[in-house]
Amino acid sequence: MSAVEPRFAPGARVRVRRADAPGHIRTPWYIRGQTGEIERLCGAFPNPEELAYNRPGLPAQPLYRVRFRQRELWPDYAGPAADTIEVEIYQHWLEPAR
Amino acid sequence: MSSDVHTHDPAHDHRHGHAHPPHAEAPERLSYYQVMEIAVRELLIAKSVFAAEDVRRAVEAMDARDPAQGARVVARAWTDPAFRARLLADGTAAVRELGYEMATFRLLVVENTAKLHNLIVCTLCSCYPRMLLGLPPDWYKSRAYRSRAVREPRAVLKEFGTVLGDDVELRVHDSTADMRYLVLPERPAGTEGWSEERLAALVGRDCMIGVTRCHV
Repeated sequence: MSAVEPRFAPGARVRVRRADAPGHIRTPWYIRGQTGEIERLCGAFPNPEELAYNRPGLPAQPLYRVRFRQRELWPDYAGPAADTIEVEIYQHWLEPAR
Repeated sequence: MSSDVHTHDPAHDHRHGHAHPPHAEAPERLSYYQVMEIAVRELLIAKSVFAAEDVRRAVEAMDARDPAQGARVVARAWTDPAFRARLLADGTAAVRELGYEMATFRLLVVENTAKLHNLIVCTLCSCYPRMLLGLPPDWYKSRAYRSRAVREPRAVLKEFGTVLGDDVELRVHDSTADMRYLVLPERPAGTEGWSEERLAALVGRDCMIGVTRCHV
């Protein structure tokens, strides 16, 4: 299976693209435009945005688990600063961040 | 529900200002997607892509799965430290040792400790480790759970009777893509020396989703 090379290593800071693309998108709205940290690379998987239209989804996209701080997502978050959320995001939805 | 008594047929038109209790045998209007599912299924059967018997078998296999399978995985991890280590390192391979296949998905097992509590949600739909827990409960698929589990997870946990201290990190896992998640709950105190079977009987569905802890 052909796959795109991974761009990000665990610990890297990334921002989720704030895009409004039509179709079968697996990037939740609440996380778009947010900055987090790569927790791990899960492997490469066929792109679901292509699979949904019965196309092969290749080359496969690296899929990451990205960790976000709850207080950064929701300014009024009622919980300790250590609380986090982890979301699976495909590489083409991520860009480097500082 | 309205308190006024009525003697008429409950399967009638409902536009008269009060609600009826749900009736299991009441005729239902099919939704757009239910009609589409039936139409596509009948078309695929008519074109011999698969047979009605294949559909029946697939539904039967899905219905045969239940949280007892996940409980067996948890109880093994509690009693066998080497299995626990393999389960946390590669969940997919570890559950295969017990005969469970994750199909095209990968299993990530996240462990609760005194300092970390894990909670699973799928905000986009209803992704769930069906191979280990069977079909998800209705509340897991509800819009309320799917939105509130990420927005105010501690309030959601409290409604399930799970109160976390401020010294415990709450980590929510949004199951958006190809991974499936199983929470490995903390083994309850007072279960020292219990057999794997006895421990498995303690492990309910909700503590493997992370909305509750496991109790004796």
